[in-house]
Amino acid sequence: MELGGIFAYLVSLAIMAGIYAVFCLGLNIQWGYTGLFNIGIAGFFCIGAYASAMITTPKPTGIYAHYVQQIFGLNLPFIFGLCGAALICGIIALLIGIPTLRLGEDYLAIATLGIAETFRLIFNNEHWLANGPRGLMGLPQPFQGLVDPRHYNYIYLVIILMVMLLIYLLIERVIRSPWGRVLRAIREDEVSAAMSGKNIFYFKMQSLVFGAMVMGVGGALYAHYTKAISPDVFTPLYGTFIIWVMLMAGGSGNNKGAILGAYMIWGIWIGTKFITDLLPYTLKARAPYIRFLLIGILLEIILIYRPQGILGEEKKVSKMID
Amino acid sequence: MVELIFYGIVLGSIISLGAIGLSLVYGILRFANFAHGDLMSVGAYTALFLVTGFLAWIGVSDATFGPLSFGWRMLIAFPVSMLAVAGVAILLDRVLYRKLRAKKSGPVIFAMSSLGAAFILRMIILIFWGADSLFYRPGMLRPAYELPLGVKIRPDQVFIIILVCVLMTTLHLFLQKTKMGKAMRATSDNIELARVSGIDTERIIIWTWGIGGALAAAGGILYGVDVQLHPYMGWNFLIPLFAATILGSIGNIYGAMVGGFIIGVAQQVSTAFLMPTYKPAVAFTIMIVILLIRPKGIFGGSER
Repeated sequence: MELGGIFAYLVSLAIMAGIYAVFCLGLNIQWGYTGLFNIGIAGFFCIGAYASAMITTPKPTGIYAHYVQQIFGLNLPFIFGLCGAALICGIIALLIGIPTLRLGEDYLAIATLGIAETFRLIFNNEHWLANGPRGLMGLPQPFQGLVDPRHYNYIYLVIILMVMLLIYLLIERVIRSPWGRVLRAIREDEVSAAMSGKNIFYFKMQSLVFGAMVMGVGGALYAHYTKAISPDVFTPLYGTFIIWVMLMAGGSGNNKGAILGAYMIWGIWIGTKFITDLLPYTLKARAPYIRFLLIGILLEIILIYRPQGILGEEKKVSKMID
Repeated sequence: MVELIFYGIVLGSIISLGAIGLSLVYGILRFANFAHGDLMSVGAYTALFLVTGFLAWIGVSDATFGPLSFGWRMLIAFPVSMLAVAGVAILLDRVLYRKLRAKKSGPVIFAMSSLGAAFILRMIILIFWGADSLFYRPGMLRPAYELPLGVKIRPDQVFIIILVCVLMTTLHLFLQKTKMGKAMRATSDNIELARVSGIDTERIIIWTWGIGGALAAAGGILYGVDVQLHPYMGWNFLIPLFAATILGSIGNIYGAMVGGFIIGVAQQVSTAFLMPTYKPAVAFTIMIVILLIRPKGIFGGSER
């Protein structure tokens, strides 16, 4: 491979890791700062991607309507897709939070897991909704016409990095506010936070919804990067598990850690692909399983030996105190 | 409809076997074990290895028992796989959860660790057997008895229900009559109190994993006998298992049995109105309704 090819490959790697970094930032709000155990990230990933896809594409007419069914198509610009994805994911998080956030932390995990699986089933089976298992294709990309399609990834990388930076700054800002302090108080000790007169349920709900909205943006960014989505993309493996490993590796409760973890684990994931490509042909088909096995073992090692991750949580106190 | 209810009882008996283990672990170790479904898969695939590999190799006869779809091979493989998965569950505890206990990690860290364990177990199955559906006896015709009202029942299914009843009765007698069973119930009620009463809680934990793992293996194998084997079978059972556990109140073994049957019947009956692929969603919906109206489950104690 010539140098330009390698560079293009690195760009696509950086885009995908950047998308995962957005998910990690969303999860960091929920888990890192509030202690909410969401293992249905794939559900928000899926909804974000589909919402943005249907907001930005026109509803098929004429002969296409026979082949592609979707419940609505608004044909709006990319930015509306992002906002719409965030909004819809926020509403869904609200609905999940109502029955589960008053109960123990495991209930939220089970419910989010269930909702992720249920969404995948619905998108797979209901053809009228979003074309069933074949999914949606030909999603528009922002600033598409500006450059040669071969070089488009550079523009998209810039967009991803900008969105990531914006979300990073937003979270850093709010997490240092009194609101962020309440979240961390809830994470550390729910009872004493309640004793200080904080409504635990509402703060947890806000955190869950905020995190889910960020995940929705991540889903939308993914959809417009690959330009084609189908329900089988949003599996627990790629949609949830790897994101957890990223956050735990980088350092939960640390936004820099969330981004670092995403780039590091995605790098390992892609890097090990080069190693397994050297395997004999018969073993190659099962190589992804070996790679996921290693990622799973990595998670267990982190949980036992370094649960705070590489960076660990930054100490955040009021700027009034040194 | 009668037929669907009967199939539901078959499915429910399998869910119950998993839910009992999940509930036991939840009651004694206080965390949601997301690897429990995958322990079921490990049981099913261990039996597959024995039936089609090892036992065939040492020359155990392949003949089937009368109308059933299996023979001596399965009858030997069944208890051996239960023991093997009990061993796997205990091994996971030694390698992972005991270390976390020593570090006094929070329950969510345990749950996350079990989620990791679930993926590790599934990946091992995928590495060895690939992603296709498999059968204990491929190409086997499975005749059904026709009963009145047009109900078709396969002999295997009758066998499954009888076997599950035997396993449940054994577990009941173990918990009520033996010293270890009583100690387990005491630990489930209050681990601190059990410890000061001189109960060796580490030993209780080993027994909990052993029993939970063995029952999960039984459930997985029976599902393989009734339907098919698939690497994701255990993961797909996870939502019904949790629904049954929550429905029957977490930590309550008898509740888990009843919950399993209710979820199984509800899932099968729903196929009269919905696509069969929606079965997990049916279990999930029941679970959400229970969480909204009675989060402690139908057998909910007052103390937790």
